[in-house]
Amino acid sequence: MTMADTATFSPSRRFVLGAVSFGAAGFAVGCDFRKADAAAGPVGQNMLGPYVRVGSDNTVTVFLRHLEMGQGVSTGLTTIVAEEIDADWSQMRFEHSPADDKLYGNPAFGGMMGTGGSTAIFSSWEQLRAAGASAREMLRQAAAKKWGVDAATVTVAKGQVTSGANKATFGELAAEASAITPPDPTTLKYKEASAYAFIGKEHDPAKSFGRLDTQGKVHATAQYALDYHPEGTLTAVIARSPKFGGKVASFDDTGAKAVAGVTDVVQVPNGVAVVATNFWAARKGREALKVTWDDSAAETRSSDAMFEDYRKLLAKPGLEARKEGKGAAALQGAGQVITADFEFPFLVHAPMEPLNCVVEYKPGESCVIHSGSQMPTNDQRAAFTVLGLKPEQVTVVTHVAGGSFGRRATPDADLVTEAANVAKAINGKAPVKLMWTREDDIRSGKYRPMNIHRMTARVNNGAIEAWGDRTAIQSIMEGTPFLPPGTPDFSSIEGSNDIAYAIPNISVDVHLVKHPVPVLWWRSVGHTHTAYAKEHFFDVAARKAGKDPIELRKQLLAGDARQLGVLNLAVEKAGALPAGQTRGVAVHHSFSSYVAEVADVTVNADGTFKVERVVCAVDCGTVINPDVVRSQMEGGIGYGLSAILGEALTIKDGAPVQSNFYDYTPLRMAQMPKIEVYMVASTEPPTGVGEPGVPPIGPAVANALLASTGKTYTKLPLGTKA
Amino acid sequence: MKLTINGKDQEYTGEEDRPLLWYLREDLKMTGTKFGCGVAACGACTVLVDGQPTRACVTPAASLEGKKITTIEGLSTPAGQAVQKAWSELDVVQCGWCQSGQMMAATALLEQTPKPTEQQITDGMTSNICRCATYHRIRGAVARASEIMG
Repeated sequence: MTMADTATFSPSRRFVLGAVSFGAAGFAVGCDFRKADAAAGPVGQNMLGPYVRVGSDNTVTVFLRHLEMGQGVSTGLTTIVAEEIDADWSQMRFEHSPADDKLYGNPAFGGMMGTGGSTAIFSSWEQLRAAGASAREMLRQAAAKKWGVDAATVTVAKGQVTSGANKATFGELAAEASAITPPDPTTLKYKEASAYAFIGKEHDPAKSFGRLDTQGKVHATAQYALDYHPEGTLTAVIARSPKFGGKVASFDDTGAKAVAGVTDVVQVPNGVAVVATNFWAARKGREALKVTWDDSAAETRSSDAMFEDYRKLLAKPGLEARKEGKGAAALQGAGQVITADFEFPFLVHAPMEPLNCVVEYKPGESCVIHSGSQMPTNDQRAAFTVLGLKPEQVTVVTHVAGGSFGRRATPDADLVTEAANVAKAINGKAPVKLMWTREDDIRSGKYRPMNIHRMTARVNNGAIEAWGDRTAIQSIMEGTPFLPPGTPDFSSIEGSNDIAYAIPNISVDVHLVKHPVPVLWWRSVGHTHTAYAKEHFFDVAARKAGKDPIELRKQLLAGDARQLGVLNLAVEKAGALPAGQTRGVAVHHSFSSYVAEVADVTVNADGTFKVERVVCAVDCGTVINPDVVRSQMEGGIGYGLSAILGEALTIKDGAPVQSNFYDYTPLRMAQMPKIEVYMVASTEPPTGVGEPGVPPIGPAVANALLASTGKTYTKLPLGTKA
Repeated sequence: MKLTINGKDQEYTGEEDRPLLWYLREDLKMTGTKFGCGVAACGACTVLVDGQPTRACVTPAASLEGKKITTIEGLSTPAGQAVQKAWSELDVVQCGWCQSGQMMAATALLEQTPKPTEQQITDGMTSNICRCATYHRIRGAVARASEIMG
């Protein structure tokens, strides 16, 4: 099999590769606006289409089909509606929508509800503009009817509806407006960009035009799934196999049951659950539980041995992902051939809110899931499958999530599957809160797959004449509904196969490896490693060719205006390099956005180094909310830097070595550089910002270190010494 | 046993070794104090005990008899209010899970050092992890809170 059709791999087409098939996909359970604010009016009423509710208290609530997990969609998506309905910002509220693919499916996920791939804004732009404009029209029609005037005389501005001397707030018209037939979508008129009151406008604390989730989080009134604790809740923790792929052979629960507060010890498909009246008792119960594991199908290797096996594969060609000119054949020839193996470890998402969900199950009747889920209908499907319920008997209540970075988007619905199995085993006698401790989170998967890129370049006459990028990696997508059978896994090679440099001969190929360590998309997915290999090796090759890496980038990106645009902007804004520092630059296209980052680094006499300052330029098309874009770039840089400097999950004898934040070590404030973010002015449709800030930071830092030491940084994480 | 939490007396009758965190979250339904690591490594559960930042996830509730415990729900000192105002002005939060702990640490820092240098801010805050890496804004918000305090 070859991957000759490179068009299939276009990152802008990720998740659009085919119809997602879940068997029961497309089931609908109707609207259940159970969390509706009582002051806004009766539950489920005053809906102006599926996305907008105007409350009798004059609030405008936007129903989010995407999860607010920190990336700012509760503000960004709401901004689009506020603009077209012409609200006052103080009216705006958000709620997560119910689980319903028909009403709230993500077109970029084949119509299934899902948050990921930095698709929220770009997939919602047209839809929410239409939702806002349609609601505005319904308010106008309702006003015209109420006042007995021609609708053409009715205007809407800043939350006020006016016709001559007649005036009304949205709230005063809400009930009548919700009874108006929504206008034909093709007749909707949108605002000109020059008339925008919110889109593209800067945050101004004096005008309270900030994030809609700020107050709840600053005053700790926001309710996350882990905060949901109905009376009588039982807490469950699960003993899972220490080695990946192990299974329960037998267990002795005598000690666990002797712990005060432990109510049940039950076997579930992937381990043994200890259920108790509170978390502390459940945890102590699990410590006292004795499980014998069947390791006959378990992983036994260390990660070093896995790397060794990967290296053996790299000696042979893999599946072809891109060929330009003579491809790999051109790697031999005149000039100098350079090669380096870049080794990337497993990485843990480690969102700050440990993984959890609450299941309230009434056998034969109903199930309510409380979760911070990126795929609510997929979770719903898992629950009704495990519990033998009908789809309409399972309700999903989505809470804001304490981070995710991809971890809460699991095709196998791991959390809900576990919790539903526990609820079933105790016959729904109480609500079950499934909790993962931080140790569970670090040691139980799912990880950014470890991988090696074997980079090769042939340099001749001051030019890079041939480029080779061969990867060995586990597939994230294989076996999931996101990858139809027979389709190659684009997530393994995104960022490698679409290298934009005008190099005459290019060869990109990949070996997809199988073993029992569970892997998953981790903020920016394939780009977490492909951007590092491409951009750091580019500097190595440019220097070998005797060229300045920034100048050579500009030359070879002449045909890609948007990559060139962010590169030029970042370099210009970075200005002069302070004395005693070195500078590295990287530019990368991911999730339909373009980002360049400039890193200035000090290397000390003892070999330690510090990233002093990062200047970032981003082109994400039309900017909906500049401050959210800025915060995602700042956070993306920090998240990427965290991995590059200090994160690795290693494996010994088939089991993880690390356990918690003392040995799996995220970035801390002392390591955080100063950051400046600049946005390219653009009228292109908006594209994602949650992930694209991550990929360039690693290679930018490595290139700054290379400029200081002359070394190629092939093994990650970099650690503390240059 | 009597504990004083946000100025209110509470009778604790639980186990000797049960951390304060779980008493707050599960029994008192005060869920503003967050669970992050359970081993005092991340600071998400930071509360103030007699003004000192303390990790509620490893501090047995039973060890706090007679102490004054302040959680995010009771953050009412001038420093605490300035911190929350600065956090709002700068829209520091992303996922928000660590931010109660960050604001408790910032409050303790500003109560001891009302005019911190950049290095003192880093030293006072570096033991609190933010996985969204909002550090850039936390740094700015601590400085802004110091300004608000006057």
